[in-house]
Amino acid sequence: MNNTMTYQPKLDTSPPVADEIRQTTCYMCACRCGINVHLKDGAVKYIEGNRDHPVNKGVLCAKGSAGIMQHLSPARLRAPLLRTGPRGSGEFKEISWDEALDTAASWLAPVRETAPERLAFFTGRDQSQSLTSWWAQQFGTPNYAAHGGFCSVNMAAAGIYTLGGAFWEFGSPDWERTKLFMIFGVAEDHDSNPIKMGLGRLKERGAKIIGVNPVRTGYNAVADEWVGITPGTDGLFIMALIHELLKAGKIDIEYLCRTTNAPVLLDEDGLFARNEDGKELVWDRATNTAQPFDKPGLKPALHGTYEGRTPVFESLANRYLSQDYAPEAVAERCGVPAAQIKRIAAELAHTAFEEEIEIPQPWTDFRGVTHPTTKGRPVSFHAMRGISAHSNGFQTCRALHVLQLLLGSVEVPGGFRFKPPYPKPVSAHPKPHFKTTPGKPLDGPHLGYPRGPEDLGLHEDGTAKRIDKAYTWENPLSAHGMMHMVISNAHAGDPYPIDVLFMYMANMSWNSSMNTKGVMEMLTDKDESGEYKIPKIIYSDAYSSEMVAYADLIFPDTTYLERHDCISLLDRPICEPDAVADAIRWPVVEPHRDVRGFQSALIQLGARLGLPGMTNEDGSATYTDYEDYILNHQRRPGIGPLAGFRGDGTEAGRGAPNPNQIEKYKANGAFWMEHVPEEAQFNKPTNMAYQTWAARLGFYVSDTPEPYLFQLYVEPIRKFQLAAEGKGEMQPPEHLRERLRETMDPLPIWYEPFEQAAIDQSEYPLHALTQRPAAMYHSWGSQNAWLRQIHGVNPLYVSGEVWESNGFEEGDWASLTSHHGTITIPVARMDALNANTVWTWNAIGKRKGAWALDEDAPETTKGFLLNHLIHELLPPKGDGLRWSNSDPVTGQAAWYDLRVKIAKAPPQETTSPKTGQQKSPVGKGPATLEYGKRWT
Amino acid sequence: MHPAPSIILFTALSGLGFGLMVWLGLMPGDKGAWVAATFCILALALASIGLCSSLFHLGHPERAWKALSQWRSSWLSREGVIAIAALASFSLYGLLWVTSGTPNTLVGALSAALALATILCTAMIYTQMKTVPRWHSPLTPILFFAYALTGGALLAGKVTFSLWLLAALGGLQAFTWFKGDKAFAAAGHTMNTATGLNPDAKMRLLEAPHSGPNYLQKEMVFRIGRKHSQKLRIIAITLLAILPLALGLLFEVKHMLAGILVLSHIGGLLVSRWLFFAEAEHVVGLYYGQR
Amino acid sequence: MTSLPQSTEKSLGLVIDLDTCVGCHACVISCKEWNTGAYGAPLADVDPYGAQPVGSFLNRVHTFEVKPAEGPAAVTHFPKSCLHCEDAPCVTVCPTGASYKRVEDGIVLVNESDCIGCGLCAWACPYGAREMDPVEKVMKKCTLCVDRIYNENIPEEDRVPSCVRTCPAGARHFGDLSDPDSGVFKLVEERGGFDLMPEQGTKPVNKYLPPRPKQEAAPEMDVLGPLLAESTEGAGGFFGWLDRTLEKL
Ligand SMILES: Nc1nc2c(c(=O)[nH]1)N[C@H]1C(S)=C(S)[C@@H](COP(=O)(O)OP(=O)(O)OC[C@H]3O[C@@H](n4cnc5c(=O)[nH]c(N)nc54)[C@H](O)[C@@H]3O)O[C@H]1N2
Ligand SMILES: Nc1nc2c(c(=O)[nH]1)N[C@H]1C(S)=C(S)[C@@H](COP(=O)(O)OP(=O)(O)OC[C@H]3O[C@@H](n4cnc5c(=O)[nH]c(N)nc54)[C@H](O)[C@@H]3O)O[C@H]1N2
Ligand code: SF4
Ligand code: SF4
Ligand code: SF4
Ligand code: SF4
Ligand code: SF4
Ligand SMILES: [Mo]
Repeated sequence: MNNTMTYQPKLDTSPPVADEIRQTTCYMCACRCGINVHLKDGAVKYIEGNRDHPVNKGVLCAKGSAGIMQHLSPARLRAPLLRTGPRGSGEFKEISWDEALDTAASWLAPVRETAPERLAFFTGRDQSQSLTSWWAQQFGTPNYAAHGGFCSVNMAAAGIYTLGGAFWEFGSPDWERTKLFMIFGVAEDHDSNPIKMGLGRLKERGAKIIGVNPVRTGYNAVADEWVGITPGTDGLFIMALIHELLKAGKIDIEYLCRTTNAPVLLDEDGLFARNEDGKELVWDRATNTAQPFDKPGLKPALHGTYEGRTPVFESLANRYLSQDYAPEAVAERCGVPAAQIKRIAAELAHTAFEEEIEIPQPWTDFRGVTHPTTKGRPVSFHAMRGISAHSNGFQTCRALHVLQLLLGSVEVPGGFRFKPPYPKPVSAHPKPHFKTTPGKPLDGPHLGYPRGPEDLGLHEDGTAKRIDKAYTWENPLSAHGMMHMVISNAHAGDPYPIDVLFMYMANMSWNSSMNTKGVMEMLTDKDESGEYKIPKIIYSDAYSSEMVAYADLIFPDTTYLERHDCISLLDRPICEPDAVADAIRWPVVEPHRDVRGFQSALIQLGARLGLPGMTNEDGSATYTDYEDYILNHQRRPGIGPLAGFRGDGTEAGRGAPNPNQIEKYKANGAFWMEHVPEEAQFNKPTNMAYQTWAARLGFYVSDTPEPYLFQLYVEPIRKFQLAAEGKGEMQPPEHLRERLRETMDPLPIWYEPFEQAAIDQSEYPLHALTQRPAAMYHSWGSQNAWLRQIHGVNPLYVSGEVWESNGFEEGDWASLTSHHGTITIPVARMDALNANTVWTWNAIGKRKGAWALDEDAPETTKGFLLNHLIHELLPPKGDGLRWSNSDPVTGQAAWYDLRVKIAKAPPQETTSPKTGQQKSPVGKGPATLEYGKRWT
Repeated sequence: MHPAPSIILFTALSGLGFGLMVWLGLMPGDKGAWVAATFCILALALASIGLCSSLFHLGHPERAWKALSQWRSSWLSREGVIAIAALASFSLYGLLWVTSGTPNTLVGALSAALALATILCTAMIYTQMKTVPRWHSPLTPILFFAYALTGGALLAGKVTFSLWLLAALGGLQAFTWFKGDKAFAAAGHTMNTATGLNPDAKMRLLEAPHSGPNYLQKEMVFRIGRKHSQKLRIIAITLLAILPLALGLLFEVKHMLAGILVLSHIGGLLVSRWLFFAEAEHVVGLYYGQR
Repeated sequence: MTSLPQSTEKSLGLVIDLDTCVGCHACVISCKEWNTGAYGAPLADVDPYGAQPVGSFLNRVHTFEVKPAEGPAAVTHFPKSCLHCEDAPCVTVCPTGASYKRVEDGIVLVNESDCIGCGLCAWACPYGAREMDPVEKVMKKCTLCVDRIYNENIPEEDRVPSCVRTCPAGARHFGDLSDPDSGVFKLVEERGGFDLMPEQGTKPVNKYLPPRPKQEAAPEMDVLGPLLAESTEGAGGFFGWLDRTLEKL
């Protein structure tokens, strides 16, 4: 048969695609990629990545493409709601916005006038924390935080205290130059697309990737080498790597002397020796005198005793050279063969030192020394909740940073690089503030970084000033608050009862709480008078979530395509190591429901309450809505929510408000970006070109350069430990002394995760984890018609060993039991898994009636939450106290400390526990969907 | 494969119908006009009901006529064209027979040939499927012929022929099952060849692309338990061959018994046809962890 | 006529890198999103918010566990869409001529207005690349984004398939596999690109690049050894080394 006989219909290969493309920022997750929204006939037709955008450079993940379905979800709330049935029932009536704002104001005004702390305002993974925290500060309550306390504060705080910034979205590996990359405990992370893009680049260049994770999926599946570590033992593993590197002298001595506090002298209390100006002292071998660390031309000593003082490095070397950290000593606990640990250490050393890179970029440090080139150590690391969501997570994250520093690979070509406005040392961050005055704002920002026990939020009698007990001796450095303790503390009236709980974008009666069923009970529990123990709950959500059913008053939010947002340098910006950038969202389509952007509603509520900054002298509102605020609010003179196109539209960083600013952003693809000057791109903490540039752009509250040293040894932590040793004015309660002494160690240590130490390991032999699926965002994804077809159920994956020893077969069910409870769930086999680990996808399980799904949706029948097994408190130790299931340093929720046992169960109709059913205030979704039909 | 009732009915009934046409076309015997008419109508009815039921399987039956266009390359198209030709030719044959009282041998032979060709086309639709190793075998058309001719013989009342044929069919069916059970492995398809991954590794599906069902799984990845299939095979072969054969050999085949024989055979045919689909493993199952 | 062309002017197709694919499903959804509003009928979903949601998708990502004879089990993410086979059995079985392979670029397409929804082409495809739309009842398959790759209404750099443009890891490559100068051709050469189920004789145009060998059995490296000897065990020896190093700075 020849070609001429082939019949081919004529095709239009050039059909029109869109009437208009509007550029904005994705918010299907917190990665904040730039998107091109194609509109046709007034409707969203197609969303693609914005090629010019610094975050995603054109790519888009599954969630981002599925944004259409989220935007059109049948679960979208339609109008403000006032509860009519009991809490949890989902019975509401729709009310007007005026009524909603008046009701909220009538609940909140008396609180502010009498006892502002009786409002607890907590927000989820929103990206307007600079607004919400400011609002809470103006209201005057100390009880504000976002969700970081249960998310990743270990990572954040360890990063800030050690390096001046965390992994996470505040820095990234030098994807273009690194040659060996190790990734610890990451399934997705906030830097979702950039990590994938980066891994792709490494693959193209043939760089090696080592994945450290008990589970070998996703990034760990493509890694060239997999370290199937036992959960909770990364600290040991890392310290064994340090041990090896020290022993072999494979550390960057020059870098340590120049950029870290390795040479800083410790006095007999383990505090830094300082001169009269408060400058840390080092021992100069040239002059045999103690000199301030920043003096040019020093030859610092790294060991020895000088006038009773020894350099930090000596303590460090002594600790990690100990046989306790030899690979052989940790191998069994880590589940990693000693030979593998040794080889990885060798590979790190080889790549860092034998494959050193040098770029012809001169730079000048804060001592005034000009370096003719910029040297780089092409080894880099990234880590996330796999190491941070453990009760020893803070110290583990610290250990990893110390490893990076010993290799000389932070802020150098090929290593880990910060994204401006990071790095920022602790000294450039505020301290926490707690002082309330009825009718007045709080005395300062809520969240900050304590320098010592004097910064704790404690009353004279030792009780906590904050409802979540953040910044107490139980978790002194809880820099993100402890949202996971709010409901249980408020329910218990401990440290005090509250009147109003106000939450935003956090599904607290479901996946974002530990002990979910218990939390549901606390939210519905009543006192003797028949009042709810937590009297009033105001909540803002965009969708009919589980939490909506447990609130009294709902502010319905818009979807991300329908509102203004600003992704601000004052908050969590979208920068890259080479560029500073921020972004906006704007209504690319108008909502046809009676909904309002939450930030607008919040500003309007603030005006009704007469809050300073939101109300003019005459009592009128300062800002009509969030757009108005974004354009006109100034935090400091010239510094506003958006850094780009200020003043006459050409000023960057600082400048007068520009009424055309948002239009400028729109025209520029919804973002603004300015490149870091060439000579400022590396060694940012000590690079004066960077420091000057950063101060000019307004990154520091002081508006002056703030060069600093990386902190191998963290003095503020030592101050708490010292208190526990009995020194100093502020003393911890007796029962905490021992634990503080052990865990508040200024050099990274490892200790057994608390839950593991508290239970009988032979009874609960397994570790239970969750992972984020790339194609789902927490609980939001399940309302998405496309995404839920991918992840509609979440079996518990068990290792081949567990599978066989329990005689499981395909389709089997099992009961999974922790010290706190039992769930019954479907199981599946996975061999590429640490033998003692089980895991499941996070937040797939749904409550019946939520999210406009059918009652028998697989998410409700086969899906489940592991959260039912995780308690916010540790099992009783017999000391009469219930200790919190958190990291003792930061209060980070220890999700991944969970220990369980498993047993075969008879097949079930649905998973248990059963959590009842809620009425849907928005009805249910349609029976079929043919999105796009109008255009085909 | 998913044993869709419309397809089972289609292949079973049209096979019987065209099989009957073969016998009527080649060995009409002497029948009175009414008897001839009854037989012819039966053959036409079975074939057409079968063909019609196949339309139920179509997403767009209203466009079914388009299926006649690709006779040069597509067995399904050929089947449509030839079936229509067979039906037309056999209708003419029947008409002539009933009206003239004598069958026209030439038209009869032509009809029989077209009927055989139709059966071949039907069989080839399955035989050509390399994706279903159990079907991709010369045994498939042979078996389809055997079924059609045996059923046709039974319906046509050709007792002696049908007894021989029943015996042959029973053996052939058993042999086909026996060979079919090995076909997938013999074709050499594994998850490793399907994915091109390490040929020496043990492979499992860890996660299906969707937690929900999809068209492919429903249509192609139907799975039947071994025990269940063994049971059904015994039932099928008993009904389709052993029972009719035993009855036919032990008793004289009269009206009542003939009816029972035919019904038993058709029952067996339907079960075996169900198995033909249900046991047919499509290679795409490899991507879904089947096998 | 559903016969296959003897040859095509180009062989456009995809090269998928199994070493890089992280299994994120971005390509799956981007494909659905583009194609539900583009060529042919929309890609419908039935029971989208119910107990058994079923939709048509043109690209799906499987995840396999691969346990080698030695070493731990590995996981491979495996995206799969139509491979635009040279000897496409799906085309020749089609009774209506709805399925065809384009002469100019080798793309295998369904002309939906001719499709009777018989499903035979899906049976004939070894790869599960064709799905019947649950509402429109016509056969859907990857179009290689034929309405993007030549589309003059989109910027030139974007004239690639939706799945390729979106893939965050860069695991998907598009081009003319018959052109030895093309990037995809070279990738296949360099990395040993292979066919799926070659024994089916379909001669797929799309190629897959194998995962690089995993390194858990990598030989022990001895970078640390020599220096260990110099610095000797324990703190004293270490600090001796340290002093010498400091002197050299
Ligand atoms: N077992 C287990 N539990 C965990 C974790 C884990 O790893 N394992 N991880 C923990 C971590 S780190 C986190 S961050 C939490 C996350 O848990 P949550 O913060 O509760 O996450 P979501 O499910 O995304 O819930 C946020 C709520 O925001 C709503 N929402 C979505 N978009 C909008 C919007 O535009 N406006 C408004 N107002 N609301 C919106 C959603 O409908 C949803 O009700 O889960 C924690 N829980
Ligand atoms: N697609 C998607 N992206 C998201 C989210 C989402 O829901 N979906 N959520 C966002 C949020 S709020 C957050 S906080 C980030 C979190 O981003 P990640 O930290 O990547 O999130 P997790 O899924 O909790 O991944 C934890 C990983 O650590 C592993 N792990 C657990 N314990 C240990 C251990 O002891 N050691 C080691 N080495 N590994 C361990 C787990 O197996 C898992 O792979 O993701 C953000 N990005
Ligand atoms: S990673 Fe995905 S969901 Fe998150 S912002 Fe980027 S495109 Fe959107
Ligand atoms: S988008 Fe790329 S990395 Fe993600 S599943 Fe598809 S091919 Fe793999
Ligand atoms: S992959 Fe399947 S549908 Fe695509 S051309 Fe090949 S046989 Fe046809
Ligand atoms: S389903 Fe459509 S495209 Fe496929 S073979 Fe039938 S008519 Fe042809
Ligand atoms: S080429 Fe186009 S149609 Fe084919 S899988 Fe990719 S996005 Fe889908
Ligand atoms: Mo989080």
